[in-house]
Amino acid sequence: MTDPVKSVPIPGGLPHEHGAVGQSVTRYGGVDRVSGGQRFLADLSFPGAAQVALVTIPLGCADILGIDTSLAARLPGVLAVVTAEDLPQPVPRFGVSHQDRPVLATGRVNYHGEPVAAVVAETLDAAQAAVRAVRVDYRELPGVYTLDEALAPGAHLVQDQSIRPDDPKRDSNVLKDAHYAWGDLAAAQQRTEAVVEHVYTFPMVTHFPIEPGGTVVVPTDEGGLDVYSPVQHPYLLQRTVASLLQLPLNKVRVFAPDPGGGFGGKQNPKYEPLMSFLAQRTRRTCRLVLSLEETFQAMRRAGCRIKARTGFTRQGEITFHELDADYLIGAYADVAPRVMAKGSYVGGGPYRIPAVRITARAVLSNTTPSTAFRGFGSPQMAWGTESQLDAGARVLGLDGLQVRRRNLVARGEAFIRGDHQATADGDWAQSLEKAAELVGWHEPLKPNRGRGIAVGIKPGATSGLSQSLVRLLYDGSAIVYAGTSDMGQGARTLWQQIVADELGTPVDQVNVVSGDTGAVPFDLQTSASRSTVFMGTAVIEACADIRRRILDLYAETTGVPAGELDERPGVLVTADREMPLVEAAREALGPLRGEFIGQGVSRLRGRSGHPLGGDAAFYEFNCTAIEVEVDPETGELLLTRHVSVGDVGRELNPIQVVSQDEGASIMGLGHSQMEQVLVDEHGRIRNLGALDYRIPTFKDVPVELVTAAVENHDGPGPYGSKGISEGALLCTAGALGAAVAQATGVVVRDLPLTPERVWSAIRAANADRSAAPRPE
Amino acid sequence: MSPAQADEDPLTTTSTVTVNGTARIVTAPAHRSLLEGLRDILGLTGTKSCCAEGECGACTVLLDGKAVNSCLVLCVESDGHEVTTIEGLSECGPTDLQEEFLNAGAVQCGFCIPGQVMSAEYLLRTNPAPSEPEIREALSGNLCRCGGYARIVAAVKETAARRAGDHD
Repeated sequence: MTDPVKSVPIPGGLPHEHGAVGQSVTRYGGVDRVSGGQRFLADLSFPGAAQVALVTIPLGCADILGIDTSLAARLPGVLAVVTAEDLPQPVPRFGVSHQDRPVLATGRVNYHGEPVAAVVAETLDAAQAAVRAVRVDYRELPGVYTLDEALAPGAHLVQDQSIRPDDPKRDSNVLKDAHYAWGDLAAAQQRTEAVVEHVYTFPMVTHFPIEPGGTVVVPTDEGGLDVYSPVQHPYLLQRTVASLLQLPLNKVRVFAPDPGGGFGGKQNPKYEPLMSFLAQRTRRTCRLVLSLEETFQAMRRAGCRIKARTGFTRQGEITFHELDADYLIGAYADVAPRVMAKGSYVGGGPYRIPAVRITARAVLSNTTPSTAFRGFGSPQMAWGTESQLDAGARVLGLDGLQVRRRNLVARGEAFIRGDHQATADGDWAQSLEKAAELVGWHEPLKPNRGRGIAVGIKPGATSGLSQSLVRLLYDGSAIVYAGTSDMGQGARTLWQQIVADELGTPVDQVNVVSGDTGAVPFDLQTSASRSTVFMGTAVIEACADIRRRILDLYAETTGVPAGELDERPGVLVTADREMPLVEAAREALGPLRGEFIGQGVSRLRGRSGHPLGGDAAFYEFNCTAIEVEVDPETGELLLTRHVSVGDVGRELNPIQVVSQDEGASIMGLGHSQMEQVLVDEHGRIRNLGALDYRIPTFKDVPVELVTAAVENHDGPGPYGSKGISEGALLCTAGALGAAVAQATGVVVRDLPLTPERVWSAIRAANADRSAAPRPE
Repeated sequence: MSPAQADEDPLTTTSTVTVNGTARIVTAPAHRSLLEGLRDILGLTGTKSCCAEGECGACTVLLDGKAVNSCLVLCVESDGHEVTTIEGLSECGPTDLQEEFLNAGAVQCGFCIPGQVMSAEYLLRTNPAPSEPEIREALSGNLCRCGGYARIVAAVKETAARRAGDHD
C-alpha cells in the first residue's frame, strides 16, 4: 500500500533511460478510435432491447397536478408508462453530497428538463409517440433562476424543507457556505495604498460532450442488473444503484464504455437509477440514449458572481484580499457544494497575501443541477482574483507580469494560511516566466492589440483509493486491470508505458481491461486529474508485487537462495548476471506454466477537520498568456497568440500532455469568449442544442497556440509526475480579459467576452469620453 | 414496429444504396435519416450521432464522394447513390490520414474523430495541398469538445505532405 503523496520518485529518474515512459507512445485504442471501431454506448448492440423516452414539461418550476398516462399506455408497442407513483414510496432520492434528487420528479418539477415520467416501448418511434400522448397538468410556480431571485427575501424555496430537516439553512436557498480567513485585516488595511473593488460574473456553461449521455440496463437471470453507462465513476454508480434497489454490490455490474468526452459531466449518476427501476419493473433490457438537448438539461457548470476588494502597496504587493462569491447551482446538490468549497478554498490564488477573507455560497436555483466540470470551481474564482490583480496593476502603473512576480509564492511558501495551510508544491515562477517569454511580453504591440497574463491553481484530490491488478503471462505479455475511465486523457496508454518499463515487456504486449466492475478492482473515481498519480502508483505497486513473486518462485524453482537474488524494474539480478524479468518469470514458472498476478493499492486517507476532507495530493498550476487583436468596429476578438505553460512534474507521455493542455486552453476560450446557457423568466433554457449554443470551432483556435511544460520531477505521482488535465483552462478568462483591456482601454467584468459585449463596452467608454469635460 | 408492419406502412420507403462499394437495400420509414439508416439498419456504427441538426459534423460521410452530414440526408434521398463511411475508408487498415491523426495526438475521446477523418479526407481529395486557413475552413463544421483542433490541423498538413511525396 502506498500513499501517493509520500511516494518517492525513483532515484535517478525512470526505470530505463530509453524506456517507454517519457515517450510519446501512440494512444492505446487509437486505431479503433480513428477507424470507427471504438464502441461507445450508443454503438453497443442489445437485440430486443426496449427503448425509453422521457416526458418533461416546458417550465423550470411547476407543481404537477396530475399525469394522465392512459392514452399513452394504450398505444401500440408501449410496455409501460412510469411516473413517480409507480416507484417505491417515498420516491427514492440519491446524490453525492445530499440525497436530494428523486428518481423521477415527484409532485413538482424543479428545473427545465426534469423528467416527470418515462415511457418504455418496443421501438423508439413508439416511445416518442407515447411521450406526446402523456398529458401532464401543471401549475407554474414563481421559480428562482438567478442569484438575485434565489437570494431575495421571501424567495421561492427550491427544495422542500423536509428534504434537509436537520439543515439550519433549510429555510433559504443557500445549500452550503464556506468561510476561509487568515491574517489581521485591520493591520493590512493600514499599510494599503490602493484598493480596487469590483464585481465579476462567470456564466453557466454546459459540458457539451460530443457523445450525448445514455444508459442501458439489462436485468440478469440471477436477479441483478447489468448497467451500461459511459460514466467516469463506475464504482460510484454501482454503489448508488445497489443502494437504491437494495441489491448487494455484486448483483450490480457496471459496464462503462469509454465516455465520448466527460469533462466532469459524466461523473455522477443521473438517469441510471430510473433506468434500473424500469428494467427491474419491466424485466426487459431498457435503453435510453439522450439527445444533445437532453444532455444539456442533465449537466452544467455553476455560474458565479464574485465581489472582490483587494488592497495593494504602491509597489504592487497585495495587502489584503476579500472575496464574496455566490455559485449559482441547480435544483439538486449533485457535487456542487464541494465545487463551491474547493474552488473558493484556492480563491485567493497562489499569492502571498497577509490577510484574506473568503466567503462563498452554493445557491440553489430552479435550473439544471450543476456538477463537476473541468476546473471544479477554480476558473470562476480565478476570473475574479486574476482580474483584480490586473485592476490593481493598472491603478499602480504596473503590468500584469510585474504584479504577479511580486506576489507569487515560492516553493514551500504558504498561499493559504491559518488552520488549513497549503504551500506551493512547485517552482511556479518558472511557469510565469516561461509564459511571458513565449508570448513575447516585452515585444512592441501592434495597434488594437493587447496582452494579458494570468495564473491558475486547482487542488488535486484530497483523499482517494485506486486498486489495480497486473497479470504477467507466461509469454511475457501482460494485462492490466485498472478502473480508470479512458475519456480522452489517454490513461490506459500510461498504464501500458509503466508496465512496459517496470516489467520489461514491450508496450504493444500490454493490454488494459477497464470499464467493468465485475472484473476490475475498485477505483474511487476518474476526476480531479488524479488517475496518473493514484492509479499510476497502484499499477507500479502491482508490478513491484509481481517482481517480488518472481524472485520468490525463482528461488524455489532453482534452489538459489532468495537472499542471493535481487530485482529491479525489468530485471532479476542473480549472483552472476542480470536476467530479463520475463525470462526469469518463465524459468520460475517452469513446465506447468501459469502466470504471476500482482496487486497494487494506492490510498490517500483524508484528514478530519480539514474543510476539504484532507490536504490536496498536489496542485495543478498553470500560467496562460494571451495576445489578442480587437476589432473596434465589431468587438470581435482575434487571438493572435495563446500560450499555456503547466507545472507538470514530469511528462510521462509528452504528446498526451500537449493534447490535454491545448484542449483545456480551447475549452477555457469557450467560457471566456462565447459560451453561456441562457435561461428565460420561466426557467426555460433558450439555447438548447448545437445551433444556438456556440462552442469553439476550428476557426476559433488562436492563430498561434503554444503550450509548454515545466518539468521539475517534483510531483507525487509515478516518476515525479502529477495531474495536468485541467490547468490550461483555470485562468484563460483572466488572461483574455486583461488582454482585451489593454487592447481597448475598456475593462469587461462579465463573461463571456462576446463581440456584442466588448463592442458595447467600447461604445459606452467612447460616449463617456466625449461627454466628459475637457481637461484645462 | 415489426418488419411485417413496416412493409404495410405506406410511408415506408425502400432505397438501394451503394455503401462502401456494396449495394444495400434499406427499408425504412420515409423520415429516417441516412445516419439512422447506416447505424440502426445497416449496423455501421462508426458514423456517430450527436446534434442531429447538421451542426457538429460527427455524422459526416461521403455521398457520391462529397462530405455531407448524414443526419441531414434522408435514406430515400440516397437511393441510387454511393455512400462511403468511416468503415469503408478503413477497410484495409488505417489510412495515411488516420495514421497521422494518431501520430499528431489528434485523438482524445475519439467520438468526433470518424467525422473529422471523413471531412479531412474529402478536403484532401478536392484540395491536395490546403493552406492552414483552408483546413480550418473545411473542417469548421466538425466540432471537437476535447479541443484537438490544432493537432487535427497538424495531421491534415502532414498527410498532404505525405501524399505529395515530401516524405519517405
